[in-house]
Amino acid sequence: MAKPTTVSADSEALASSRPPGRRPLAGLGGPVGWLDDRVGLAKLSRHNLRKVFPDHWSFLLGEIALYSFIILLLTGVFLTIWFKPSMSEVEYMGTYQLLRGVPMSEAYESTLALSFDVRGGLLVRQVHHWAANLFIAAATVHMLRIFFTGAFRKPREVNWLIGIGLMSTALVEGFAGYSLPDDLLSGTGLRFVDGLIRSIPVIGTWAEFLVFGGEFPGTIIVPRLYMVHILLVPGLLLALIGAHLALVVYHKHTQYPGPGRTETNVVGYPLFPVYMAKAGGFFFIVFGVSVLMGTFLSINPVWKFGPYTPNQVTAGSQPDWYMGFVEGAIRIFPPLESHWGHTTWSWQIFLPGVGMLGLLFGALAAYPFIEAWITGDKAEHHLLDRPRNAATRTSFGVAGITWYAMFWIAGGNDILANEFGLSLNAITWFMRFAVFIAPVIAFMVTRRICTSLQRHDAEKVLHGVETGVIVRTPDGGYYEDHMPIPVDEAFTLTQHPEYPALQPTAAVDENGVAVPARVTRRRARVRDWFFRPNIAKPTADEVTEARSHGGAEHEIATHASDASDEQKAVSQH
Amino acid sequence: MSERTLRRRTRRSPLRRAALIGAALVVMGGISAVAAPTVSNASPLPTEVGTGQQLFIKNCSSCHGLNAQGVTVNGTVIGPNIQNAGAAAVSFQMSSGRMPMAGQQQQSRRTTNTFSADEIKAVAEYVGALGNGPGLPTSSQYDTTGLTAEEIAKGGELFRTNCSACHNYAGKGGALSNGNYAPPLTGTGVTNQEIWEAVRTGPQNMPVFSPTQLSDEDARSIIAYLSDVNSAPDSGYSLGGVGPVTEGAAAWIVGIGSLVGFALWIASRGARAR
Repeated sequence: MAKPTTVSADSEALASSRPPGRRPLAGLGGPVGWLDDRVGLAKLSRHNLRKVFPDHWSFLLGEIALYSFIILLLTGVFLTIWFKPSMSEVEYMGTYQLLRGVPMSEAYESTLALSFDVRGGLLVRQVHHWAANLFIAAATVHMLRIFFTGAFRKPREVNWLIGIGLMSTALVEGFAGYSLPDDLLSGTGLRFVDGLIRSIPVIGTWAEFLVFGGEFPGTIIVPRLYMVHILLVPGLLLALIGAHLALVVYHKHTQYPGPGRTETNVVGYPLFPVYMAKAGGFFFIVFGVSVLMGTFLSINPVWKFGPYTPNQVTAGSQPDWYMGFVEGAIRIFPPLESHWGHTTWSWQIFLPGVGMLGLLFGALAAYPFIEAWITGDKAEHHLLDRPRNAATRTSFGVAGITWYAMFWIAGGNDILANEFGLSLNAITWFMRFAVFIAPVIAFMVTRRICTSLQRHDAEKVLHGVETGVIVRTPDGGYYEDHMPIPVDEAFTLTQHPEYPALQPTAAVDENGVAVPARVTRRRARVRDWFFRPNIAKPTADEVTEARSHGGAEHEIATHASDASDEQKAVSQH
Repeated sequence: MSERTLRRRTRRSPLRRAALIGAALVVMGGISAVAAPTVSNASPLPTEVGTGQQLFIKNCSSCHGLNAQGVTVNGTVIGPNIQNAGAAAVSFQMSSGRMPMAGQQQQSRRTTNTFSADEIKAVAEYVGALGNGPGLPTSSQYDTTGLTAEEIAKGGELFRTNCSACHNYAGKGGALSNGNYAPPLTGTGVTNQEIWEAVRTGPQNMPVFSPTQLSDEDARSIIAYLSDVNSAPDSGYSLGGVGPVTEGAAAWIVGIGSLVGFALWIASRGARAR
């Protein structure tokens, strides 16, 4: 049995003790001081509130996606209060007369009730749907920004992959939501996916029965999709978004090149108060735009589509825009079927449908690694590329956009044919070739434009910009005066690294020892091709020579460097 | 010929041409005034020449033949035999301005009808009497008054089952193969009678729906649904009412367009940081 402990009255254990360290908020008292005492608010905020972010409009694109997602969560919660995820059949006796007495599922009936009987329900439905379209569109634009500026390079490859995961998950989320109201259009969309699932070789039929619980449409797909739409996928999205943002904080934000900006610093404004205000304000702007669109633009008028029955369909049945490219691929793919034994292999659905989704996301996920292999670049990059300086990557991007756009257009071929008085068959045949030819043309044109823009930059550095002042010389000649560009701008135009061609190295050196980091002949060739559009930067000697050649009379004025940059905080890594 | 004479002749020629035309007109007019009755007598029309037949011969026979038997030149059908097309078909084609066609087209388009209702009725009855196609409807067959909400809703179900696959869920029209199309049923000038006639006669690419497939009651409720669904208010601007394609375009152009504009605005505003 333990003895009772005796404690002396002047024991240190009894003294009121506080954790050591600076306590800048201790004097504040009140709720802030109270919180600081308990969770170390000051220490937390000192580190995070003063974190510096660079300022550029293109860095706000991802925020649009984030805010749309928050709007989706808010409006989605509202919708779940009234939506009934059930496929049991009822006879409609609600307020919308044009469906009076029509048999329909409870899901569709509750969507009608949401639209016509719940105060504000139609507005929230429309805001939710517009925000969904904006969410994926903003994520796409954000992804393109990352791609074209090379922000996916080391050390951010993992975050790029998380982004690809987010994008594909968002497609599933959007599609599940589109399918929930059980109207004619959403049912047709489900039928489309049913076909995709069935087209998977060997396991197709079993997979279909697994998903639909039997033959299409069955009675459980809406409750299942509901669970997927409001719990499973949003949870995944939240987790991925959390990881996505955490990695942004960990890596620090990339920045565009410019004077004072290096690979080891971030030039910009602190989170508090500047970005708190800007980002907070931007949230309300995104919310406002979504609500305005929901107010003034009709979207998915389900009461006009009628309830889903498999024997009905409407002209112009399309998915929402983000699935349009798969729709287009299936529309233009030539009929291709194999019959082996008593089995049918339906390539015309599987290849364009499942294959297209796999190809797009596979190519996106693989690109950072492919480019790293081609360039052999193992360095960390925190300074972004100007797209023209990475000509081949930019061309790949534009070719990809073109490729995607061709399938997109093909997905709306009937609307195009009808609205513009064209032949549906002619559009289809045109697109069958365009999906191969247009990206190649786009690639070549973009590479050429990038080189031209690089030449233009070099021209600006060497000869300055046109002033619009025509000078007549004493001997009767005319020339337009040029003004040298500011030093800061010249720096921005010439800071990018150059990539001279590599010589292939032998596998072993003269002593027969294997060469580390060997450059194979193929690697050298591909790398040379990758950087071929790049022109040599003007050297310092060339700049001096061009300036002196221009003469003193061409020197009109040089702008002082932009003062605002000096006010910005610089945080060292 | 010297250049001078050439110029003189050129200068003189307008006068000479006018005189020649004038002379020709006088001669031809004189001949026709004397000879026209003779020509008419040479191929006499039946004694009971109705207005409908006269109008048919004037406006339709060049393609459909004098007796609506059709015209085929070198194996190409210029105009089909319409002896059994029925009065309803003629009424539909003429009142919607599709016939007479200005020229051979992929599909005859709706144009402005220049015939009066009486003239159309006369031609329709003439063609109707040639065979046994569907006759002209009475107004009770397509009049939509007195239908209950349930009957109109049933019309919606019938429309989605039989019509929306080509004409879109609200009758905005849709594309068919090879440049053909299902026309919109909601535009200006589409009358209830025309919809009834189209259902019964199946113009151009449209299938025929006989009374055993769709009763007159069904046709009436479909017509009522179409007019009601399109007169009901939209939940905002309808973007053409053709589904997600234009919605996606709006999301990108209006939504992303304006938000990128706001992003530019926010980033262009500097800040004084401490």
